[in-house]
Amino acid sequence: MAEYSTAKQRRIAFPFSGLYKGMWTTLKTLFQKTPTVFYPDMKEIPVPRARGVIALDPDACTVCMLCARECPDWCIYIEGHKEEVPPAKEGGRVRTRAKLDRFDIDYALCMYCGICVEVCPFDALFWSPDYEYSEYSIVGLLHDKERLTGWLATVPPPPAVES
Amino acid sequence: MTSGFFWLDTAIKVAVILGAMLTGALVVIFAELKIGAHMQNRPGPYYAGGRFGWAQPLADGAKFIQKEDLIPSAADSAVFKLAPYIVVAATIATFVVIPFGPDLVVRDLDLGVFYLLAISSLTTLGVLMAGWSSANKYSLMGGLRAAAQLIAYELPLVLAVVAVVVQAGTMSLNGIVAAQAEPIFTLGSTEVAVPFLLKGQILGFIIFTVAAVAELSRIPFDMPIAESELTMGYLTEYSGIRFTMFFLGEYLAMISLSAVAATLYLGGYWAPFIPGDALNFLGPGILLAKVAILVFIIIWIRWTWPRLREDQLQNLAWRWLIPLALLNIVLAGVFKVVF
Amino acid sequence: MTMDERLMHRSEVAVSVELQTPDMTLNIGPQHPSTHGVLRLVARVDGEKIQEVEPVIGYMHRGYEKLAEVRTYAQITALVNRIDWVAGFANEIAYIRAVETLVGIEPTERAQWIRLILSEMARISSHLVFMSSYPLELGATTPLFYALRERERVLDLLESVTGGRFHPNFNRVGGVKSAAGGGAETKKVSQDLPVGFFSQTRDAMVKVLAVCDQIDELVTGNELIKARTVDVGVIPADKAVSYGISGPNLRASGVAFDLRKHEAILPYDQVDFEIAVSEHGDCYDRYVVRLEEIRQSSRIILQAIDKIPSGPLQAKVPRILKVPRGQAYVRNENPKGEFGYYVISEGGRMPYRLKIRSTSFSNLSILPWLLKGALIPDLVAIMGSLDFVLGDVDR
Repeated sequence: MAEYSTAKQRRIAFPFSGLYKGMWTTLKTLFQKTPTVFYPDMKEIPVPRARGVIALDPDACTVCMLCARECPDWCIYIEGHKEEVPPAKEGGRVRTRAKLDRFDIDYALCMYCGICVEVCPFDALFWSPDYEYSEYSIVGLLHDKERLTGWLATVPPPPAVES
Repeated sequence: MTSGFFWLDTAIKVAVILGAMLTGALVVIFAELKIGAHMQNRPGPYYAGGRFGWAQPLADGAKFIQKEDLIPSAADSAVFKLAPYIVVAATIATFVVIPFGPDLVVRDLDLGVFYLLAISSLTTLGVLMAGWSSANKYSLMGGLRAAAQLIAYELPLVLAVVAVVVQAGTMSLNGIVAAQAEPIFTLGSTEVAVPFLLKGQILGFIIFTVAAVAELSRIPFDMPIAESELTMGYLTEYSGIRFTMFFLGEYLAMISLSAVAATLYLGGYWAPFIPGDALNFLGPGILLAKVAILVFIIIWIRWTWPRLREDQLQNLAWRWLIPLALLNIVLAGVFKVVF
Repeated sequence: MTMDERLMHRSEVAVSVELQTPDMTLNIGPQHPSTHGVLRLVARVDGEKIQEVEPVIGYMHRGYEKLAEVRTYAQITALVNRIDWVAGFANEIAYIRAVETLVGIEPTERAQWIRLILSEMARISSHLVFMSSYPLELGATTPLFYALRERERVLDLLESVTGGRFHPNFNRVGGVKSAAGGGAETKKVSQDLPVGFFSQTRDAMVKVLAVCDQIDELVTGNELIKARTVDVGVIPADKAVSYGISGPNLRASGVAFDLRKHEAILPYDQVDFEIAVSEHGDCYDRYVVRLEEIRQSSRIILQAIDKIPSGPLQAKVPRILKVPRGQAYVRNENPKGEFGYYVISEGGRMPYRLKIRSTSFSNLSILPWLLKGALIPDLVAIMGSLDFVLGDVDR
């Protein structure tokens, strides 16, 4: 168990050397280079796992609605319908496939928790570290299916892991 | 350089000093922003006016000018409007006696030091007026606290200056610089003269600087402005141009008090090994260099140290600085008689 | 007016009400420039001395316990790290341990160590926020930037592992998030520590220790700080225990109690560290204890990096988690103190009740006693030194 704040440390003694040590520290920092990143001229590259925006692969989506159900904020709006697909083999029965009509994510509500990406069983949602999609009007924060598909190009490959 | 016509001369000198000092205040504001920023490891202004952001104070000034002029309805309008101008006028009036060279002074009064201290205490009046006329309980409390602080620190300021006057034998600022320029011993064929700082006024210099920082209400003495009620104290109700006046007044006072400290303790426009006739040209530069060093130290302190509590502040003034200043006067008198 | 009458008309206490007594009622807040949040203090002051203070909380009540009644356990993990938002990861740990206790699944070794590392990083992050905001309230503006500069490194590390800087959402029942995707055979992208994490962490810890020394020079030895904080806001040890204070506040009063040593839910017994204890219980001690905790946390992290075993990140859990009937209370040493979750489950996907024992709520309860007789500038120093966050108080 370490003991701190000794009497010597708490004492205020005449030459007030603590004050000058502080001044020396700021003087040294005065001549150091600033670590500021001058956004927007310079930009930091975010790490691959950073949760910036969610990208959608519409071909993989089967309208199972798991993401919309599991979202804590209920910010995913999905609509779909069933289509008939001709049988694969001659004489087989007609299959139905679900087709995605509407897939919107409302980023004004989204809390970037990642539960939707995690529960999707069909590899349709991905995280992308892109963060520059601010809007002047809140309506622009509702990303529809086309815009979400567009984010797919910004999804980076996953980083290699330590074992 | 004189045209022989007294009022024209004075008008020209006043205009020159006014222009130079207002530009100086802008430079000091910019220096505070940049130096403070780099001490905190960040760039400070970098956008307004190109890479170094030198136009930032001008941009701030323009922003303040176009702001709405608000006067609280319950405020005493005349007093409210007059207060900032009293502060600024009192501060600018101190530049009348500060010598930038043997002939470069607006008016070298025989009572220079006395006039200086008297006029600069008018700022206290302006602060009280601002606090009282704002019709706001926190402003009043802030104004009273600020006035208490300013009055408490006037005394060590004046007493420290008294010691210098005792040692120099004159109250005229030009005379004080001349007294520092007198050689105290000769080394071979060169005569060596030292400023008062080294002639035994170190304690006085420290007391003067501490009291000056307190007069400026800067950290570590800015409790009136950074109240725990978390309003700006006596400045709460001011906006736009009136606020700018207070702001400018603070930086002008910074330059003014630094110039006074440089003149009284560091030798003013005089530097060793410079012949007397060149002092009229080099004098302003030398004085401004000394002022720059002192202003840098004041800015440095502001960004490094925390602030004192009000009662600790008053404690420091009344129980430590005033007795030390009185001791300083006694010692100065003893040295003057003995040596 | 008596205290009871004032309590009834609390909502009507105006800013400048002149009472018949010479005391003045001062309303401080709910908007403060300091980073604590929306706390309102109704203070009765006599000149500068505070006679009586009544904290009014609830301006930030977000209804966590009510929200938890209609969310599944996995969704609650995403919500819970927003309670004490300065150290997000630490809030998830006690909750997930409570759920694991109910379900009966033990987390894997590697997951426990990863939780320990990230927990200590959250502690460093929270204490660096304290280092930046506390001197700022006292007037020293520079330590803010130094502390936050180094905090960025720690947050970058957290982001590289979990994807989020403040809200990691990384704990899962049985361990930590093991793979991106809950799919049966798709998407087995491992969410393990990325390559370079260990070397970056070592660099970051060196820098964090360096900034601790810098803050030491600027703040700890500074005589003006000492004049403002030594012997100000003294909490004796017995009062601290009886008011339920925990964390560095308690340890600064001389009570050597740290849940990491006494009731650890993470493998703290396998790393070597000391808990910082100080005896005077004033603001200066609370500051010094937190500074030392940063150093000890970096010591823990450096040891944990070497000791971390390889293995799976998450134990085998069924896809739809059904928690059996039961109740569990698990507490953890959050950066601000003792933080506990009491989970009552009636079976099913959602808990019946989630009760959160938050640290700052208990730490705040001492304010009326502590501030009696203090000067108004001391109020700022004392409140800052208790280091509470309103999200934690109001939940």
